[in-house]
Amino acid sequence: MSRFEESAPAKGGFSFDLCKRNEMLVQKGLKPSSYLKTGTTIVGLVFQDGVILGADTRATEGPIVADKNCEKIHYMAPNIYCCGAGTAADTEAVTDMVSSQLKLHRFHTGRESRVVTALTLLKSHLFSYQGHVSAALVLGGVDVTGPHLHTIYPHGSTDTLPFATMGSGSLAAMAIFESKYREGLTRDEGVKLVAEAISSGIFNDLGSGSNVDVCVITKGKREYLRNYMLPNPRTYVSQKGYSFSKKTEVLMTKITPLRELVEVIEGGDAMEE
Amino acid sequence: MMNLADSAPVTNNLLGSEADSQRTLYPYVTGTSVIGIKYKDGILFAADMGGSYGSTLRYKSVERLKSVGKHSVIGASGEISDFQEIMRYLDELILYDNMWDDGNSVGPKEVHNYLTRVMYNRRNKFNPLWNSLVLGGIKNGQKYLGTVSMIGVNYVDDHVATGFGNHLARPILRDEWHENLTYEEGVKLLEKCMRVLLYRDRSAVNKLQIAKITDEGFTLSEPYSLKTFWDFNAFKNPTLGAEGSW
Repeated sequence: MSRFEESAPAKGGFSFDLCKRNEMLVQKGLKPSSYLKTGTTIVGLVFQDGVILGADTRATEGPIVADKNCEKIHYMAPNIYCCGAGTAADTEAVTDMVSSQLKLHRFHTGRESRVVTALTLLKSHLFSYQGHVSAALVLGGVDVTGPHLHTIYPHGSTDTLPFATMGSGSLAAMAIFESKYREGLTRDEGVKLVAEAISSGIFNDLGSGSNVDVCVITKGKREYLRNYMLPNPRTYVSQKGYSFSKKTEVLMTKITPLRELVEVIEGGDAMEE
Repeated sequence: MMNLADSAPVTNNLLGSEADSQRTLYPYVTGTSVIGIKYKDGILFAADMGGSYGSTLRYKSVERLKSVGKHSVIGASGEISDFQEIMRYLDELILYDNMWDDGNSVGPKEVHNYLTRVMYNRRNKFNPLWNSLVLGGIKNGQKYLGTVSMIGVNYVDDHVATGFGNHLARPILRDEWHENLTYEEGVKLLEKCMRVLLYRDRSAVNKLQIAKITDEGFTLSEPYSLKTFWDFNAFKNPTLGAEGSW
């Protein structure tokens, strides 16, 4: 006689009841709500001393640019950063969550976080949600075992690569990497190649645009170069500026101080048990 | 008594399931990308020689670049049998032009326009020729390079590509193409693009041909293959520092 049978999932894991209901509604003609996608170009490459991550800065909601200068390179640990493509809320939430888990783990172990730890935490979370958490990530960092670069797909599979691209602009960026990448690049060569690949995404893919963010991670140091390149400046800014005519006349100016705060006396009556 | 079975075929091609067997619904044997660029002396094309049957690599010596008359080259991706049909139409076009014997010859612009009309009209009858074509040539020193798709979209540009080539090769060409490339520079640029396609397009094969058309005429290279590099350290030891993972 229980009416509450479908409430909680049996033992952990994701409850797929609402997915069935959503599919039924879509069949009946309901338009699913639009969500903020990052349409994106994100890249990573391994160079001589570490890894370099790059990303564009456009966030789209269907055909509209919702944010012209968003941040797609997320902090995971002092030595690990993660670029995210896909649904912005999902990439933000999943990287924040794993970042917190890594911090707690650092307190517990007393050691620097390893990239494979972040990798395993992310992939097991994404796998358990069977691809419904739409986050495609490029994870990179340097730990005691050396520099690492991984890609993580929304369904939970991962790759270990010398260079990687994800997002709608990934083919444009990959064309640049496949033709110009070689091992043992210096820092400046690496940054230049990453910026080139992101620019290729920005100018050849409609889902990517605006500026280039770069993050260089080496042993013991990381440089977060926000807006490393701004290849889409505003071309015309009016010289005249704007003048806003005064609408309301000021009749009187009077400043009334608030009442004096109540003094709190230390050591009053002892608290009751 | 008129035998209805032998009378005129169903004219309405939009509806009717018997008519379906006479319309193109999906391609069977397909070729992948073609790339074309303008260079100093004319036009250069590159295409691989693979004919895929779904996910099987069925034919490995398909010539997807052909000359058209004295002044043009055509490259096709998509259904190979439809390309062969298009070649029949073009051969007929050239033949009729030659029969005029008036000193004029069909140039790339005319061929491109003809192909656009053919493709668009077939699309309007819901019976397309399942191809994306690249058409280029040079006549009286004037270089021409254009493309037509199976729905009749056509345009001209300094560099064109079909299929995956649009996503992987065009970005490189937009960066590195410039006027007055020499023959060697042009071939090197095409090979750069074909190499990326070989790495990243699952239907690509490592056997390609380069076609050249100049005022002197048409040449088609012998088939050859590109050098590839697979020795990245990460490929040799991907689980370094993470034994048991992949």
